[in-house]
Amino acid sequence: MDPECARLLPALCAVLADPRQPVADDTCLEKLLDWFKAVTEAGSSLLLLQEHPCLVELLFHALRAQDLSPRTLSFALRLAGVFAAQENCFQHLQGDPSLFVASAAGQLLVHILDLAMREPAEGRVCPQAWDWPVCARKIVCHLEDCLRSDAAPRVTQALHVLTTTFGHCHGLWTQGLWVQLSPLVACLLEKDPMPAPHTLVDLLLSVARSSVPSSDPGLWETVAQTLSRLSPTQAGPLAAGILKLQDCPQALRIQAFNVLLQPLACVLEAATQAPATPGLLEGAAGDLMAVDTLPPSKSACVGLLCSALAHLELLQPLPQRPSPWPQAPLLAAAVTILRFCNGSAAPSSEAGGRLCTMLVGCVRVQRAALDFLGVLSQGLGPQELVTQVFAVLLEYLMSPDSSPMVLKKAFQATLRWLLSSAMPPGCCDLEPCAQLVLGELLAMLQKRLCSPCWEVRDSGLEFLTQVTRHWGGQASFRQVLLASELPELTRQLLQDPESYVRASAVAAVGQLSSWGLLAAPSSPEQPAIPQETPLEALLLILTTDSEGFPRRAVMRVFTEWLRDGHAEVAEDPERFVAQVLRAAGKDGDWEVRVQGLELALVFLERLLGPRGSSAAAPPSVTARALRALCQVQLFEFAFRSLFDCDRPVAQKSCDLLLFLRATATPPGSPQEAGDRPNVASVEAALRRWRAGEQGQPLGELAPEAILAVLRSMDLEALRDTLAKSSDHVERSPQSLLQDMLATVGVLGDNEADCY
Amino acid sequence: MEQRNGFMGHFQYCLSGHPTLPCNVLKFKSTTIMLDCGLDMTSTLNFLPLPLVQSPRLSSLPGWSLKDGNAFLDKELKECSGHVFVDSVPEFCLPETELIDLSTVDVILISNYHCMMALPYITEHTGFTGTVYATEPTVQIGRLLMEELVNFIERVPKAQSASLWKNKDIQRLLPSPLKDAVEVSTWRRCYTMQEVNSALSKIQLVGYSQKIELFGAVQVTPLSSGYALGSSNWIIQSHYEKVSYVSGSSLLTTHPQPMDQASLKNSDVLILTGLTQIPTANPDGMVGEFCSNLALTVRNGGNVLVPCYPSGVIYDLLECLYQYIDSAGLSSIPFYFISPVANSSLEFSQIFAEWLCHNKQTKVYLPEPPFPHAELIQTNKLKHYPSIHGDFSNDFRQPCVVFTGHPSLRFGDVVHFMELWGKSSLNTVIFTEPDFSYLEALAPYQPLAMKCVYCPIDTRLNFIQVSKLLKEVQPLHVVCPEQYTQPPPAQSHRMDLMVDCQPPAMSYRRAEVLALPFKRRYEKIEIMPELADSLVPMEIKPGISLATVSAVLRTKDNKHVLQPPPRPTQPTGGKKRKRASDDIPDCKVLKPLLSGSIPVDQFVQTLEKHGFSDIKVEDTAKGHIVLLQEAETLIQIEEDSTHIICDDDEVLRVRLRDLVLKFLQKF
Repeated sequence: MDPECARLLPALCAVLADPRQPVADDTCLEKLLDWFKAVTEAGSSLLLLQEHPCLVELLFHALRAQDLSPRTLSFALRLAGVFAAQENCFQHLQGDPSLFVASAAGQLLVHILDLAMREPAEGRVCPQAWDWPVCARKIVCHLEDCLRSDAAPRVTQALHVLTTTFGHCHGLWTQGLWVQLSPLVACLLEKDPMPAPHTLVDLLLSVARSSVPSSDPGLWETVAQTLSRLSPTQAGPLAAGILKLQDCPQALRIQAFNVLLQPLACVLEAATQAPATPGLLEGAAGDLMAVDTLPPSKSACVGLLCSALAHLELLQPLPQRPSPWPQAPLLAAAVTILRFCNGSAAPSSEAGGRLCTMLVGCVRVQRAALDFLGVLSQGLGPQELVTQVFAVLLEYLMSPDSSPMVLKKAFQATLRWLLSSAMPPGCCDLEPCAQLVLGELLAMLQKRLCSPCWEVRDSGLEFLTQVTRHWGGQASFRQVLLASELPELTRQLLQDPESYVRASAVAAVGQLSSWGLLAAPSSPEQPAIPQETPLEALLLILTTDSEGFPRRAVMRVFTEWLRDGHAEVAEDPERFVAQVLRAAGKDGDWEVRVQGLELALVFLERLLGPRGSSAAAPPSVTARALRALCQVQLFEFAFRSLFDCDRPVAQKSCDLLLFLRATATPPGSPQEAGDRPNVASVEAALRRWRAGEQGQPLGELAPEAILAVLRSMDLEALRDTLAKSSDHVERSPQSLLQDMLATVGVLGDNEADCY
Repeated sequence: MEQRNGFMGHFQYCLSGHPTLPCNVLKFKSTTIMLDCGLDMTSTLNFLPLPLVQSPRLSSLPGWSLKDGNAFLDKELKECSGHVFVDSVPEFCLPETELIDLSTVDVILISNYHCMMALPYITEHTGFTGTVYATEPTVQIGRLLMEELVNFIERVPKAQSASLWKNKDIQRLLPSPLKDAVEVSTWRRCYTMQEVNSALSKIQLVGYSQKIELFGAVQVTPLSSGYALGSSNWIIQSHYEKVSYVSGSSLLTTHPQPMDQASLKNSDVLILTGLTQIPTANPDGMVGEFCSNLALTVRNGGNVLVPCYPSGVIYDLLECLYQYIDSAGLSSIPFYFISPVANSSLEFSQIFAEWLCHNKQTKVYLPEPPFPHAELIQTNKLKHYPSIHGDFSNDFRQPCVVFTGHPSLRFGDVVHFMELWGKSSLNTVIFTEPDFSYLEALAPYQPLAMKCVYCPIDTRLNFIQVSKLLKEVQPLHVVCPEQYTQPPPAQSHRMDLMVDCQPPAMSYRRAEVLALPFKRRYEKIEIMPELADSLVPMEIKPGISLATVSAVLRTKDNKHVLQPPPRPTQPTGGKKRKRASDDIPDCKVLKPLLSGSIPVDQFVQTLEKHGFSDIKVEDTAKGHIVLLQEAETLIQIEEDSTHIICDDDEVLRVRLRDLVLKFLQKF
């Protein structure tokens, strides 16, 4: 701890201990705690406490004081926990009504338990309970009492402590602890209703992830029993947790997977007229498969379906996901859910009818099912089902009733399916299924781009951009797209009143133009007026749009165009870069300026070769490059950016100049000592810029002068300074302590004023 | 004071089978109230369109002949693309006029301007002498709708009036849908403007929440229903019975005042009509669809035709377009609104400030016009004309958007545009009114190249909203058209598309009479002050007092009053005495009324005190039996009666009776 902080600490402790002083907010206390953590990690906390008795006083005071705010008490407990993590010198307390205090006390108990058990446990596989230190025995006794209690809050509290224990403590003693406590946990399972089921699930998962299972296979039995005792909604998180475990018995995995599949199986069953399609749950769990097992209330049923879909969605990409993965029935289930939601599926029974009534128009389920369907695109499916997938997605995309959010999800899922089934290997065009939907898809998109709802226009444009990015070169796609109104509509949306839509239109125009899909339109009304080119249109947005989003989008498109050699850009790249940098340099939005530097970097790489290749460019290349850079006034832009008030801009510029210096003036390159160019005027300008006087232009610069300035600048030092956050002074612990005291001090002044 | 009322039934006579164009007659507390008189215009779909300008296509349609080649109907029926149409002045299907004598109707309550279109038929041709109640916007806009209708039909005089085909024997031979058309004999031609004026003169204007007394028996109150300017639901109530009549209502935020739901609470019966006709179409989605299709068509150089009524959803559509056209780059596209009442409709909408939603009301104080179509007109983006003739033909510029009637496509300026634009696939007709099947409306224009888009915008309650409403207001019984008690035939699996309530709704169909289920059967009776003064109440329980009263019940104008009985006049003369005995009801000396209960244990003790011995008590299902074995007597004590059964020993009986009476209160 630095001396200044040490000096301030006693005053702060006094403030904290004084209930009349309205201490700073939670954030300050959090920051203070972070600082103490850092300090204790750096040195002995015992020493810290010895050197700063005010801390010990504060902790003692916190234990005794009745009128301390829960906020401060919680802070004191957590501080104690921080110290206890190193030293065994504290007693426990628990049961405060304040949530903060209870949680902090719980954490403190865990720390103490961990500390107490570490030593005796050393060298022994699994110490018996009578070997435990008094302190640990006390704590465990307390936890046992809680677990036996009929008061739900006490049980919950104990479960929380145990969950934290098994989550954070990895000593072998935890195995002994489980042996000791597992009968009590098993008793909880027998109770009706089961107390604190969610917390119990957390505990079991925490134990399952610890080293306990290796020593106690009985755990799996408890877990299996819990899984079957919990309601479907409660069992979901446990099942998902089990399936994410690296090692667990296959039978349990099957049981857990069935829990997640059950709701979907019910949906499938509700819509199946004849059992022709394979079910999701075969064999043992088959007899459970009845729509009647779904909760009767709409909110519970919707909640169950959504959580099952979300769990399965997360599980799908994991390597440890269940195998075989029932891709086809899952696809069928997702399609059926979506059909129930839009009212197009006919239920096969009365119970199915009830399900249908609950799901019709339910946006929550629609969103979850569309997300899930999107994830399923990573696997294949029978052709017939894939056709159904596209059919249902089209229904959603075309339906006027789809909410903007549902529509966005439908677009995303459609894109995933289109791309996954796009091109069979060895084939040069789109897959027949995708070709089939293409026409309808683009016709629908046309209408969506005319929607009065801006969110719909926006997600429509995003979809168009993505599809074009992937399929811009596909003959069938190009054909359908060029025959549609889409290119013209997209161009018109550059003038959309909503800035997000303009930004998306910019991106779409960028993509379409890259692929040559933005042919000059024939305007039937005004055939005489030639329309501006995409480049001109986007430049106009960059220089005139009042909102940042469209201008940022333009910069991204321009950067991409320059990188990919867009035809219009390639005609005269220098002129293009000069125009763009001039506009970006004046932009008030720092992200536009950063993007300008990115574009400058791409330009540099085009001239000097890619970054990262350590080889310096040959002198002739360098000379030519420098001339080009001077011509486009890249240096003026870069140097100004170096002193930009927004740190990311300055950092980016610093990187760019460092790259340029490394490539253009490699170490050991001869310096023309005798013929040093006059850089005084440049340096004078830079000094003024640094001082905030940005008005002065740099004027004409010779390449030699640039090199000289680059050599003379301490860019590395600048980079280091910039690497520290701009508020690094304000964020120091000293500043924090001063601020906290100042807050109180100011209040003190006010009191004085009153007299 | 309450009186049990067991003598009066309440009935509903259902004169219309159309759930959104209802016409019901309620017999309630000796009043006869007609609830709405909607006119079913779907009958006009069987007729050929009335072209405003001579249409070579329509006039050259071939006549229809029977399978055997008999062509006697070819003047009346024409064939077009496989459909057969009646070539005559269009006719409307009236509400039932035979089910109940409509001259007995006391009042007609109108809930919105769409539900009054049959009014002239009722008020002018049935002997109706009552009063019609409606709000001012309902009357004014209703007048516009009627005026437009009359104008559309009268300005294209048709010499021919077909009637042969209506003959039952001939109708059977016709192809569908003519063959299946119902009650064709009762179909009537449109009324005249004179009849409209006469009908409207019978209307008395009312304001929301205004209480209107009908013959002292019933009070009716209009409530805002949120569906259209001035649209109302009605409360019909007596002192102890309440009927809510819910007609076209909306919970969406459009231009009218929001719906008043709270006042519908505590109804014995809630009659539910006028729900959305397109329960699967969400109005917001449809407006989006409307705008998108409009923009796509116009951008391609095509024209857009919107068949519509001159009031209602058109205001909201114009408002949406006002916000949309600039963003969609349509600022240069002209919008035309063509109707004989276009001007009045646009102006009326701006002056009914008090009937508008809060947002629009506040605009008036700024002061700004509540609807933005004023600005569209000012900037020349929206132009309105009474007809395609005259100024319109000079101003007409394409591509454009035309709003015009009639949504049935059988008469009005819309017929001209269908003929004009139907041949080009660049043009689009967008159906926004939900009253007519768009496929049937289009049938006489087939084959048609123009695009057809169906975006029905129906802001009336959907079934989810109904379910919430019923949970909120909790009526004891719901009465609704039979169509609402089962899923739509085309979507029989959609159990969510029906009224779901407990007890299940009572359903009705055209020409049915329903007995309404009322549980409370009481009447309020007033007691004259001098009679009240003479009462001597006796407290039988804390807070409850009883008094006997002898009085004369006088009933007049459905009000019941208890008056003191006339004093028996002294016998002074033979004549007078005779008269008095005729008039005055017998005032016998009444036995006192008894109340209270007999505590058996104490009763037994009292019996013993009075010398009875050998007493045995038995418990029975209803009370006790006290056996006086010695006296061979049995006292049966039940909750509401006590019997003393003894062998002809009157002295003993009287003694026992007096002992029993000691435990009871007399008054």
